[in-house]
Amino acid sequence: MDLQNRRETGMSKQPRVVVAMSGGVDSSVAAALLKQQGYEVIGMMMRLWNEPGAEGSNRCCTPDAMAQARRVAAKLEIPFYAIDAQEIFYQHVVKYFVNAYAQYITPNPCLNCNRYVRWEFLLQHAQAIGADFMATGHYVRLEKDAANKIQILAAVDRHKDQSYVLHILNQEQLAHALFPLGEFTKPQVRQIARDFDLPVAERAESQDLCFLGDSDYRQFLRRQAPEVGTPGPMITRDGKEIGQHQGLAFYTIGQRKGLAISATQPHYVLDKDPRKNTLIVGTLDQLGQTELIAGPINWISGIKPPDEIRLSVKIRYKAPRVLARIMQLPNNMASVAFDQPLRDITPGQAAVFYDGDACLGGGIIQPSPQWLSEEDQ
Amino acid sequence: MDKIYLDYAATTPVHPRVLDAMLPYFSQNFGNPSSVHTFGQQAEAALEGSREKVAEVLNSAPDEIIFTSCGSESDNLALRGAALAARQERGANHILISPVEHHAVSNTAQHLERLFGCKLEYLPVDQHGCVDPTEVSKRLRQETAVVSVMYANNEIGSINPIAEIGAICRERGIPFHTDAVQAAAYLPVDVEQLNIDLMALGAHKFYGPKGVGALYIRRGTPLLPVLTGGGQEFGMRAGTHNIPYIVGMAEALKLADQERQVRIDHLLPLRNRIIGRVLEEIQDSQLTGHPLNRLSNHASFVFEGVDGNELLMLLDVAGYACSSGSACKTGDPEPSDVLLAIGLSRSWALGSLRVTLGLETTPGQIESFLETLPGLVQQIRGFAESS
Repeated sequence: MDLQNRRETGMSKQPRVVVAMSGGVDSSVAAALLKQQGYEVIGMMMRLWNEPGAEGSNRCCTPDAMAQARRVAAKLEIPFYAIDAQEIFYQHVVKYFVNAYAQYITPNPCLNCNRYVRWEFLLQHAQAIGADFMATGHYVRLEKDAANKIQILAAVDRHKDQSYVLHILNQEQLAHALFPLGEFTKPQVRQIARDFDLPVAERAESQDLCFLGDSDYRQFLRRQAPEVGTPGPMITRDGKEIGQHQGLAFYTIGQRKGLAISATQPHYVLDKDPRKNTLIVGTLDQLGQTELIAGPINWISGIKPPDEIRLSVKIRYKAPRVLARIMQLPNNMASVAFDQPLRDITPGQAAVFYDGDACLGGGIIQPSPQWLSEEDQ
Repeated sequence: MDKIYLDYAATTPVHPRVLDAMLPYFSQNFGNPSSVHTFGQQAEAALEGSREKVAEVLNSAPDEIIFTSCGSESDNLALRGAALAARQERGANHILISPVEHHAVSNTAQHLERLFGCKLEYLPVDQHGCVDPTEVSKRLRQETAVVSVMYANNEIGSINPIAEIGAICRERGIPFHTDAVQAAAYLPVDVEQLNIDLMALGAHKFYGPKGVGALYIRRGTPLLPVLTGGGQEFGMRAGTHNIPYIVGMAEALKLADQERQVRIDHLLPLRNRIIGRVLEEIQDSQLTGHPLNRLSNHASFVFEGVDGNELLMLLDVAGYACSSGSACKTGDPEPSDVLLAIGLSRSWALGSLRVTLGLETTPGQIESFLETLPGLVQQIRGFAESS
């Protein structure tokens, strides 16, 4: 080993960055680019929770993924450490996921993972080893705005843009964040991986929730929260019962497949009434809402915009941005009124606000107010 | 800053004199000692010369030394070989081991229990992980096939009263094996004085190369081979001899024996300095293993409420390479069997740290290490509170 060389180049006062590595192509290329840019790079991987009896099945940290990350770290000649995040991941991500379904909303656990696990727990560990920055393989760009606040801009590659899941970040976190992939398209990133001869260049994209392992989320919920699988009636808006549902948790607003209704027209899930354990279904023309309430809202700049403002809004990770009027409500909530009705407004997902390419923040879409009990209102 | 290596119990660098002894046997004297021709004869001379060197240090006959690929292989051959031979010869089925053995012994014994129906029994240990010889005496039976108690513990450094245990076994005619992989660098390995029948060694713990070990087998000890084939090593371990490594092992053991006292004199004050300062300066810390009767290069601790894995990471980034009983490269820490066996609770056992010193360790390195460690422990306890 060339210790002399490492001493001369490695131990000078380069900024130190911890890269959250997953063994996948994105985080591997992020590490390679930062190393090339002259940072002192350290790889870290979190050991996340998996269901008891399915040890090592969490897709983010299977033995194979960890071995891949180690190979990349070795190739880049950077140190690599695995840290135990099982407990915090379980508390903030898995429990949240199960509880949300138990309350008949459709959670986005990646938001909580980014908020509490990556950008709090892992960032704290990165800073503990003297890191100036933490980096991930997310596709977003950072830029200072006129007021010198750090803005998150959507990635150049529109298909890969991940600003939606990072709308939960604040200025303090962003001051320590690096996202080296935001300027690149996915094919370019794969090419960079090949250019660096990284052993992960051709690894397949992963999509499902990491902690489900090989399960589908419905099977997972049946094991973790058996109470969510209580069947009940499926009714139309005018109260006609037209079938049975298998448990409200297993349906998503806008869903058409798997309703098992024999009707002349296709039916869609319109809403859920948890008090009566009924699933409200209807035809396509009935689907869609023009309004939603979201919150508490995180404004990335830390500054609340005017009480009423027109912005574009994304209501799911893969939804297009559409224009809406945002009105500030008490308790840091906001109401969002769309110009056109939108199908697929789903409580538990986030409504994320954009001004052009700049992601301004967002909050969790709340359940329909008509289902709240009198006392709640 | 240079990285400082404080993990000599994991492995040691090859001593320059050892490397010099090995080099001619890669490409110049490359023969196979089983061959009839001159090339083979030269290799055989190197092999037998090495065997004599090892035998001399162990105070044994050369033909009581078997070369293997590592300490773990030696432990496997000793346990499997003795257990299966005892069953074959006298129907003996009982294996007696300590609960703080290296996995090379404990997993092998468990394997014999699961697959061959042996009855495995664990000796009690005291809070330092030491075996009381009278406990061995109480548990020996007619049908005991083999007893295995490690000489010095890899995780906590404690030294067992091997000679007394060996004497008890000898009196009852039961083969006694000891894993001396950690011990050989610092403790006498005279098999006569220690009353040993089987003893495992691994070269890389005493500045020899990785990938070579030895097993001492007292003449007349019933043993079946594990690796069968061409009849090398008196039929006890088949496979073409790895001559350069065997030569390196013998040279390293001879050096360790010659320099033993000098090495101990160098390390003991440094080790004592670490133990004293750590226990004094870090709250809720304990020494693991015996305070006095321990390896002279070995300091090991537990810190309550500290993630040992995290401590290793912080130490590594700060430039110090150490080890922990709960360390796990996959970030899924479990307290070690050894630390649980000496009665530590999970919250203590997860926070273990092992600091082991060697030839290259200097007082300056130890001072800088001792200045760094308390702050890192405090930092980890800080986050445990905040999260």
